[in-house]
Amino acid sequence: MRAFDYIEIRIPAKPQYVSVIRLTISGMATRIGFSYDQIEDLKIAVSEAVTNVVQHAYQGIEDGEIVIGSALYPHKIEVMISDFGSSFNFEEVKSNIGPYRDYENVELIREGGLGLFLMETLMDEVRVNNEGGATVFMTKYVTREQVGEDVEQIST
Amino acid sequence: MNVSVQFRKNDNTLQGFVEGELDTYTAPMLREELDSIQLFEGMSIELDLSNVRYMDSTGLGVFVAFYKKVMKQKANLKLVALSSRLARLFEITGLSELMEIESVKKV
Repeated sequence: MRAFDYIEIRIPAKPQYVSVIRLTISGMATRIGFSYDQIEDLKIAVSEAVTNVVQHAYQGIEDGEIVIGSALYPHKIEVMISDFGSSFNFEEVKSNIGPYRDYENVELIREGGLGLFLMETLMDEVRVNNEGGATVFMTKYVTREQVGEDVEQIST
Repeated sequence: MNVSVQFRKNDNTLQGFVEGELDTYTAPMLREELDSIQLFEGMSIELDLSNVRYMDSTGLGVFVAFYKKVMKQKANLKLVALSSRLARLFEITGLSELMEIESVKKV
């Protein structure tokens, strides 16, 4: 028997469907037993990844799609967000992200670019694969209160 | 799913009550509402976010853009009644050090 249940959803790369994914992720996370705050974190991280595809992957292409695959384990969730459009260079994007520091000049504040930073902050692990379209792979573990943040779950 | 802003005006302060979920679909609606505000020097704007049930970087982006616009006009912007979830989002992104933010009072 497989160690996890797999759920896959395919949506058009349109902004109105990002909230649909959020609702679905929330439902799956509830099944696994994530806390309210963890579910809210998951919703943001997954929305950021899906939004990224909606905004950048299919420039000029009408019928782009996004595939969201989720692996549900007893104590963790793995979410894969994938497009078949253009890929982005993770390291390059990563070097341009981060909290708002050095904000002496209001004009220089970035309005976008926070998405990847939030994904990395709110999830336990984020990986990106750029071969033929971009795939974002994220993991979040169920953490119980009074358990140290560094405690690793034993995966099967 | 939509986002709406109700405005209330007293003297030099304009209050805006934002309601809904803020994501890539609804952010343009909020941007449009905020852009409709007639800014003038010395004016104070207070945005109540107590009924914002979800927000991600697209929502943050709208507030940052509006903040820049307000600063340019030498007006003031304050975000008030943020839930702990929303306040956390402003904190981890470093925006709380830049913008004036008030969380909802602990009961």
